[in-house]
Amino acid sequence: MQVLEQPSDVLRQFSHGDLDAFELLFRRHQRDVYGWIVRIVRDTAAAEDLTVETFWRIYRTHARFDPSRNFEPWARRIATNAALDHLKTVRPEIDLPEDLPSPALPDPGISKELRRKTARAFRRLPPKLQVAATLALVEEQPYKEIAEALGISKGAVKLRVFRALRLMRKELKRQGVEP
Amino acid sequence: MKEQNYEQDRKRIEQLLRKTMPPITGQIDAELRRDLWPSMQKRLEARPAKVPWFDWALLAAVAALFVFFPGALPVLLYHL
Repeated sequence: MQVLEQPSDVLRQFSHGDLDAFELLFRRHQRDVYGWIVRIVRDTAAAEDLTVETFWRIYRTHARFDPSRNFEPWARRIATNAALDHLKTVRPEIDLPEDLPSPALPDPGISKELRRKTARAFRRLPPKLQVAATLALVEEQPYKEIAEALGISKGAVKLRVFRALRLMRKELKRQGVEP
Repeated sequence: MKEQNYEQDRKRIEQLLRKTMPPITGQIDAELRRDLWPSMQKRLEARPAKVPWFDWALLAAVAALFVFFPGALPVLLYHL
């Protein structure tokens, strides 16, 4: 492999389609990209596939990357789009995956039935609202970061969270749960 | 009063959500468990999907339609 020490060199080489530079970027950022995706899709197997899909999209669009800019926000935005595309294919009837490691197991303080109804109400939200609600309410990510990843303003993120809560309230009521 | 109700509902739904889907942020165990480069390499080496012959035939038919009947273009655009 060619010696690529400086990050700016790596980014420049990558923007010219250099595979070694791409491999370096992949190895450097795969964990962060995976970490971001798994927060959104909450499924480790899907997150692994989507990480590869994200880097595939990154590699295909290398010529559009401006090497004077940061790689992370660009990669995160592509990862968010890939995760969104995945959520569009998940049917709302499918329960949230529970294959996350033990500390992430749901709180036993609420009944299984209530958890199931909440999960169903959440899965019935449009994918764009699911992403905003997960990142803002569950993962408590800063609105600025969510806005950057979704390519929208902070105000638009707040609006999506507001709409998500309103729709969830309606759906929970429909299922007989008084929030 | 309405705003207060909304705030209460919001907090309750937030709580329900967090209990149903505990946050992943900060959990070491939720980190990537394997190197994904081999999978990426496979993806890079995979040949691009072949376009079926009937897609090419359809494209040719549509192109021919516009060559012989250019007036059909606005109709198609209207229905898209």
